[in-house]
Amino acid sequence: MRKLAFLSNDPPKSRLLAALLAAVVAALALAPLLFPGAKALAVAAKILVFVLLVASYDLLLGYTGIVSFAHTMFFGIGAYGIAIACTVLGPSWSAIGLGLMAALTTSALLALLIGLLSLRVRAIFFAMVTLAVASATQTLASQLSAWTGGEDGLNFRVPIELSAGYRWLETPLPGLGFSVPADGRLLAYWGLFAVVSASFLILLRVVNSPFGRVLQAIRENAFRAEAIGFRTTLYRTQAVVIAALFATLAGALLALWLRYNGPDTSLSFELMLDILLMVVIGGMGTMYGAWLGSALFLLAQNYLQTALASLGQPLADLVGLLVGSDANRILVGVLSWSVELLSPQRWLLWLGILFVLSVYYFPSGIVGRLR
Amino acid sequence: MALQPDALMPSHRVPPDIAPWLLIAALAAGAFFVMASPSTWLTLTIAGLAMGLMLFIIASGLTLVFGLMDVLNFGHGVFIATGAFVATTVLGPAGFGAPGSWLLAPEPALQILAVLAAMVLAMVLTGALGFLFERVIVRPVYGQHLKQILITMGGMIVVEELIKSIWGAQAIALPLPECLRGVYLLGDAAIERFRLFAVLIGLGVLLALSQLLSRTKIGLLVRAGVQDREMVESLGYPVRRLFVAVFVAGSALAGLGGALWGLYQQTITAQIGAQVNVLIFIVIIMGGLGSVTGSLLAALLVGLMANYTGFLAPKIALFSNIGLMVAVLSWRPQGLRALASSR
Repeated sequence: MRKLAFLSNDPPKSRLLAALLAAVVAALALAPLLFPGAKALAVAAKILVFVLLVASYDLLLGYTGIVSFAHTMFFGIGAYGIAIACTVLGPSWSAIGLGLMAALTTSALLALLIGLLSLRVRAIFFAMVTLAVASATQTLASQLSAWTGGEDGLNFRVPIELSAGYRWLETPLPGLGFSVPADGRLLAYWGLFAVVSASFLILLRVVNSPFGRVLQAIRENAFRAEAIGFRTTLYRTQAVVIAALFATLAGALLALWLRYNGPDTSLSFELMLDILLMVVIGGMGTMYGAWLGSALFLLAQNYLQTALASLGQPLADLVGLLVGSDANRILVGVLSWSVELLSPQRWLLWLGILFVLSVYYFPSGIVGRLR
Repeated sequence: MALQPDALMPSHRVPPDIAPWLLIAALAAGAFFVMASPSTWLTLTIAGLAMGLMLFIIASGLTLVFGLMDVLNFGHGVFIATGAFVATTVLGPAGFGAPGSWLLAPEPALQILAVLAAMVLAMVLTGALGFLFERVIVRPVYGQHLKQILITMGGMIVVEELIKSIWGAQAIALPLPECLRGVYLLGDAAIERFRLFAVLIGLGVLLALSQLLSRTKIGLLVRAGVQDREMVESLGYPVRRLFVAVFVAGSALAGLGGALWGLYQQTITAQIGAQVNVLIFIVIIMGGLGSVTGSLLAALLVGLMANYTGFLAPKIALFSNIGLMVAVLSWRPQGLRALASSR
């Protein structure tokens, strides 16, 4: 096989997988020209942000074998870094640069602290400590409302080059049956695509480096890795810091794209669950799983939820009919409970079941299956 | 781990480890001087002890489950939530809270009886749920830490959503009976009656648990299993079955703790389990995974710390407990009471 240096000599290895990946990447790259409408572009941008977030989490979960529940915390630090900087300093590139730098520094220090403290004793502590720290941070973010805007979050403006009013070409670009104005949003989207792709290739390089091999050795058998002479705590902590930095970057990108940040968009625990699910669906320890997992999950979340609602509708109608009549009360009770289970508010229930089943039966995810 | 008796050396008694107890006393004493108000201090200390004992009831099962089979159950919070919600139903208008029923009867004895009945039912149901949880969620992933964390977390989400589908997503009020409301006045210090009640229940559980663990054969086997599972297995005892029993008992205790916690908070949401879970993790890490005494010490520390800082600096209450954990772990990296079997 031809050497694929830009993929760090770690190609997808299966024709079908390569084709799938190429399709996803191409669709994302050309999304503004392929799919009309603001919702499609919003979903595509979210997929891109999550590709980076999930890939950085895969470095921890899949390659190093560490479970962290604080990944959204670093994500949130990045998002709040940009949001606060742009609110306080106004919409300029230097504000963005400053906010990003401050966020990256905070994340690195925090990750270093958590890693050194909890990984020193037992790797399993890390999961519990991150859970505690993440929930404390969430509380803190909504309490420091003078800075973070509390529960409402922060709406802010971004530099003119990234906003819808800016034109970098007089003529609109030709799309698939429609035309797209060459505005700053488009620029922002492609900038997002470029940063995410570059970061992904860097992460791929990291896991395929000698350093990445050591991480995998630690995942397979930490005791043995230690016995060979690798200082496992040090390696694990480095992995935690690298993952935290990329998560912070992803958070900054999200805030820049949305021009908004609040606790629910970047800090909530449900987000953490989404990330876990995307990693597991895509395939732990594969990196490429990030593209497939995020794309599949976010498409399902945005378009399947309505399908779930329409599935529950006939049942709800049936219950409405039966309640008036003298039908069996237990039957009506069971039926109305199943309506409740199928309602879009219980989406998380199905997600949880899907998650448990995929950890049982598809621990290697889509990519692992196809390879 | 040091202090193994050596056959060739004359055996010597290990001095009892009182340093953690002194730490608790020092924390209480320190708070006393900072506050400079004996009555406030007394109120907060009783509240802290009540909270600590509730946390201990919930954490004891989790720490034993970990010690015995190396199983870390991230879904322990569902038992807390289930216990609390069962209590709302038992004490609600469809149960003893109905007009003319025990909870609203004039006699305090009947009211207490209603609360006790709610607790017993909460324990029975969460015990049953624990049995199912062990079968379906935990058993297939024995010995695989990574999957255990992921699966038990997933199980917690699923049960939490099921709770929401049964009891609704809104917060539910959990009324206290007349005789447990209000305060006792001790000088200037106001002591809530329910907190004393929680302390009594907590001490009862503590006593029962310590007797069970130190005086019965089952307790002996559990303690031996925590120390060295393989040895107990090779002597022919069914550690697996013992583990299921401990898991069920731990779930039931979490249900009891959840019912108490719900009565203490007086409003309940489905997220209650996840919220308490964070405190419980701090407790069992700080206590030393697998150690029941350690979790008692840590729970008391966390309870006192939470109440003192909740009064002195409410914004940093949760961080103060994390800070406490960091401090304790830098003093004793394996927790307050380390176990020899830590693998």
